[in-house]
Amino acid sequence: MILSQYRSHLVKFQSLIALVLLCIGIGLLSDKFFTVDNGWNVMRQISVNICISVGMTLVVLTGGIDLSVGSVLAIGGAIAAGLLKFGIEIPSGNLYIGFTLLGSILGGLVIGSLLGLFNGWTITKFKVPPFVATLAMLTIARGFTMLYTKGFPISNLGDSFAYIGTGWFIGIPVPVWISAVVIVVAIVITQKTALGRYIYAIGGNEHASKLSGINISKVKIIVYGIAGMLAAVGGIIVTSRLDSAQPNAGMSYELDAIAAVVIGGTSLSGGRGTIMGTVLGALIIGVLNNGLVLLNVSPFWQQVVKGGVILLAVIIDKANSKND
Amino acid sequence: MLAAHHISKKFSGVTALDDINLELPAGKVTAIIGENGAGKSTLMKILSGVYDDYEGDVIYKGNKVRFKNPREAQNAGIAIIHQELNLVPYLSITENLFLGRELKNSVGFLDKKAMRLKAETLLQKLKLSVPADTIIADLKVGQQQVVEIAKALLYDAEVIIMDEPTSAISESEVEILYGIITDLRKENKAVVYISHKLNELFKIADNYIVLRDGRTIESGEMKGMTHDDIIHKMVGRNIDIIRNSNIAKEKNVLLKVDNLCLGKAGNAQKNILNNICFELYKGEILGIFGLMGAGRTELMEVLLGLHPDLTKATITLDKDIVRFTSAKDAIKAGMALVPEDRKKDGLILGLDIKTNISLSSIDQHASTGLIKHGAELTKAHHYIKALRIKTTSEKQTVKNLSGGNQQKVVIAKCLATKPKVLMLDEPTRGIDINAKNEIYKLISELAASGLGIIMVSSELPEILAISDRILVMAEGCMTGEFEAANATEDNLLKAAIPKTI
Repeated sequence: MILSQYRSHLVKFQSLIALVLLCIGIGLLSDKFFTVDNGWNVMRQISVNICISVGMTLVVLTGGIDLSVGSVLAIGGAIAAGLLKFGIEIPSGNLYIGFTLLGSILGGLVIGSLLGLFNGWTITKFKVPPFVATLAMLTIARGFTMLYTKGFPISNLGDSFAYIGTGWFIGIPVPVWISAVVIVVAIVITQKTALGRYIYAIGGNEHASKLSGINISKVKIIVYGIAGMLAAVGGIIVTSRLDSAQPNAGMSYELDAIAAVVIGGTSLSGGRGTIMGTVLGALIIGVLNNGLVLLNVSPFWQQVVKGGVILLAVIIDKANSKND
Repeated sequence: MLAAHHISKKFSGVTALDDINLELPAGKVTAIIGENGAGKSTLMKILSGVYDDYEGDVIYKGNKVRFKNPREAQNAGIAIIHQELNLVPYLSITENLFLGRELKNSVGFLDKKAMRLKAETLLQKLKLSVPADTIIADLKVGQQQVVEIAKALLYDAEVIIMDEPTSAISESEVEILYGIITDLRKENKAVVYISHKLNELFKIADNYIVLRDGRTIESGEMKGMTHDDIIHKMVGRNIDIIRNSNIAKEKNVLLKVDNLCLGKAGNAQKNILNNICFELYKGEILGIFGLMGAGRTELMEVLLGLHPDLTKATITLDKDIVRFTSAKDAIKAGMALVPEDRKKDGLILGLDIKTNISLSSIDQHASTGLIKHGAELTKAHHYIKALRIKTTSEKQTVKNLSGGNQQKVVIAKCLATKPKVLMLDEPTRGIDINAKNEIYKLISELAASGLGIIMVSSELPEILAISDRILVMAEGCMTGEFEAANATEDNLLKAAIPKTI
């Protein structure tokens, strides 16, 4: 009895334990790891992945998946940068609308949300499997990004925009603040709101949820909308940090996000998982990336190691849920 | 034929079986009797090779055996028909029957012709009149159960274990099943029959073995035993079967359904439900009886606002004409449904009791947007107490509850929405007799408190025992209405049997 309790605690904190062990390991091998600078560096690097993977967690909890987040990230960043720098110009109507910093950021977020809502709409209205619907959006959003930027980066966005990705606020990098806010809001949604309940319920048993009077379509559309918006948040951070909106930004970021979700113990079939788990998953990936760089491991090996970690995480998770 | 000596089995320290002994002679039907949790399923899983880590010996045809997996047991001649259906939904009947033991021709390709032929013969024997290449998903649950039985009969099993084989099939199919069992007995097979329905056991079993709390309590011949004897041995105490006591009521119409029709998707000509009209009074228990496929479940679904595009009806609830376009609408208006399949349609198995109870009514506690956990907890405690849900805590995952307690959680979820009409579809399916009585008592109490109750059931004794009035359905139509006092098994069945066959 005591042993099994002990074991269940161990299972609960396995990601945390893995993270701590990983940190100790890298710390022993490299004296550059446990420095304040490197700490902030890691945190800043993973802030983008945290934004995306938090949205991804919500989607995966409903039993879905969102492959479009990388492309939505790109278009969110590009729109924000474009609006700030060029505004909207309609030559035929002789019309020009300029955007403030806040306005352009909002513009990026609105576009991200709309694309996410569109995902949700096709998934619920036409019963397109999430994998396919968001795969299509992956291409569509990338295409629109190319069209909007004409294939060129939009750069030199000014100091106030750069503050988002590179600035500090009360001794903490701004992107870390942003990801912290995203995490807190997401935890409140999942734990304290009816929407959160419905997200878990739908992932656990969609049909029973429907019979219980839950509006499945509404919940799913909202969730994909949130995922799109958070991808755009990530896009704005990336754009700001580079001081440039790259048309090919965020390529394959969806894979890192899914990895974080999976390592964090969220079940890909839905209904089971936590935001904190995903945050730990993102931290593990971040620390691993950072550690492998510090240890001068070749980038090719880095990929192999990362894949192995994902696989290992899922195997451990399966073994644990089997023992339940 | 098959015997077990001193079998014990533990699950992570908890004893499930404790020194079990049993004999299954050839040419006899042995009933295994016990409440849920008595260890019946665990024992059957040991005999059929699902578990191989047990203490004690299994003796098969005089030899000591220890099956490592179900396949080994199957090959040796032990077949089990599980309570839960184990069919692949998108494969045909034939493909399911031969899954894992496909017939091959000389080149090594599938011999589809031979397989179809054999499947057809088998289906004919079991009187299932559908083509052998029908996809499983297109079959009703009862028909799927018959396929499950066919699977066990396909290879010449010597020992056939049936775990609750009648939980999903109608009376007429039960008769067919009895015929099959009688044939098996003649062919000198050993049949194990597990059922909660004691009447069945008296009809079909030769011997009985009573399990209680993982131990063999008694075994012997069925002959000479009475209903009460068996119940007494099962639970170790007597139970009063609750009779309906709700007589003489004011007739306040609560729900009035006029000309309810449900069309079939993609087929304008054929209706699933035709011109259904009935009234439900406040405080009344209205039983709806019908054989499988009569449209009972569909009627409940329509009344919960599912299939809005295919439904035509005038529904009056509490003097207001209502129109439901979704389950959400219907629940808001005061309808609630305890669905037929609680695991599939009623519960989120992976979530805890509290969350399941508040699932339909969580917005009551989230007026500010944030859930008031205190109020939610109070409600969960209230229902756990009021419905006598046996659990250590409201945080217990519902997956780990017994069938009866799971059903109570579903009922609690419905009650939490403060319904006017509570519909229960086969509320006691697959739960043990003690829990059944609890549910009956609960239904009576709820009716007494003023709820209108519609109870769908295919178990005649049950529907006769607790309904005030009984409607009978056949082929999507109402074919009879009986006051409880005038209803008998005979006239209900007569009304329920389709005329067109």
